[in-house]
Amino acid sequence: MLQINNVCKFFDQVKAVNEVSINVGKPEMIAIIGRSGAGKSTLLRTINRLTDASSGEILFQNQNILNLNKKDKLVWQKNCAMIFQQFNLVPRLDVLTNVMLGKLNEMSTIRASLKLFTSKERYTALNLLDKFGMIQTALQRAETLSGGQQQRVAICRAMMQEPKLILADEPIASLDPLNARHVMEALRKIHDEKKITVICNLHTLDTAKQYCDRIIGMQNGRVVFDDLPSKLTNKKAREIYGAEAEEAFEGTMTSVSLGHAELKTA
Amino acid sequence: MSDQVFNNFQNVEKNLKALAFKRLIYSLLSIGFIIFLFSGGLTIAENNNAGSFERGISKFFDYPVDLFKEAFESGWTWYSYLLKYLPELISTINMAFFSTLFGSIFAVFLSIFASKNLIKNKYVVSFCRRTMDILRSFPEIVIAMIFLYLMGKSEIPAVIAIVIHTSGALGKLFSEAIENVDFKPIEGLESCGSSWFLRIRFAVLPQVLPLFISYSLLRLEINVRASTILGFVGAGGIGEALSTVIQWRYGDEILAIMALLVITIISLDYISSYLRTKLIGDNK
Repeated sequence: MLQINNVCKFFDQVKAVNEVSINVGKPEMIAIIGRSGAGKSTLLRTINRLTDASSGEILFQNQNILNLNKKDKLVWQKNCAMIFQQFNLVPRLDVLTNVMLGKLNEMSTIRASLKLFTSKERYTALNLLDKFGMIQTALQRAETLSGGQQQRVAICRAMMQEPKLILADEPIASLDPLNARHVMEALRKIHDEKKITVICNLHTLDTAKQYCDRIIGMQNGRVVFDDLPSKLTNKKAREIYGAEAEEAFEGTMTSVSLGHAELKTA
Repeated sequence: MSDQVFNNFQNVEKNLKALAFKRLIYSLLSIGFIIFLFSGGLTIAENNNAGSFERGISKFFDYPVDLFKEAFESGWTWYSYLLKYLPELISTINMAFFSTLFGSIFAVFLSIFASKNLIKNKYVVSFCRRTMDILRSFPEIVIAMIFLYLMGKSEIPAVIAIVIHTSGALGKLFSEAIENVDFKPIEGLESCGSSWFLRIRFAVLPQVLPLFISYSLLRLEINVRASTILGFVGAGGIGEALSTVIQWRYGDEILAIMALLVITIISLDYISSYLRTKLIGDNK
């Protein structure tokens, strides 16, 4: 389904992503872990085409998405939703409009510019907001919401795109433990219900172990671990995180200690 | 180790002293230059005035006194002048409105193409920036005089002149506003596969529109003054009326026109600052 072959991304002399190959055969929930600067974000941005790769190929359903023309690239970005650490909503627009912006790719320029959304689109957006418990904020400006709420709106926008793949770049890094749990549960729910691949960059180890079926460890731009969560030993994890190990393990403590009992991962 | 630290200290000390000395020299030089300019200017002024300064200063106060005297003598009819010049005032305000509107529209287009964060091609960016520099480097009155000469005396040349200057001046401010926008929403929409135009429409415009309107209102005030002045060189409106009555020395009418102008500019100032606080204030 998704096949990443020898992808490299160089910034001048720095090899941010170095010969990365990942093969995803069936819909999976994948966590990418690693210390800051390991190339996790760059890899996700390369997949979404926010950043152009230096070399290599990424095949999605047998189509190389690294050499699409301008129009196909936009269609690919519509199919490959992205969730950001800082939510990246439009602060001055209301929540409902923010969610409906996920449909921009499928709308004509004139219809979109005049905000002529159809009642079906509005209905879909409201349904999504309801599903993620945000319906009461639909007419508020996005900037008035808390971080956790904004992230859930961002997830609604991503779902509005009807994506075939979801990339989440540190989706919970700037959230408190409770909101982090809500967001991770939402992502897991999407994966379970829609059967689509979700790839998350996560900084904390336990979140990764708890919610994901597969863990990919990155170090200095290279993949150094790619297996089931249960295969990741503490020793290996410490090697991946290096000097940030204590922080990564500790961060997990807080996110786990909250309501560990209710969390059942599929 | 400690030897090296000590050496570094000494180096820093030496550099600091050199810097301080340089600064002192520069300050002394610039003070000397200012004194030179000032004394030079004074001598020129004295040579030109040669004794007439004392006579001039008494006239300086005579003139306004005369104006008020004449206005007082004309009694109740003075108020009718306010009405008489109202159409001219409206025509001046009209010129200002029209040119501010068109100037802002041009400025929006220019500023988008002059913003580094929206346009990746640096040649386009610097071309638009230089264009704006050129547009705003000429004062309105210079452009207006050229166009008045070419097109004859009417409001149109003045409007063109103000539009040119306004689009350059506002374009600069607008593009600064655009370059300061939060990039995250733009990136968010880019990741959804929205086109460049729609990214600007939904991620940039909502962020900068209040600022754009506020700058344009400020410009409107400036343009009312500009179009008044352009009346003096033949662009019609209240400026032309003012220049006529000054030449004919109709003291009462001069005062009436000045009163109209002052009232207009004060009320514009109030209206625009009210609108601006409304626009920027409702951030919450």
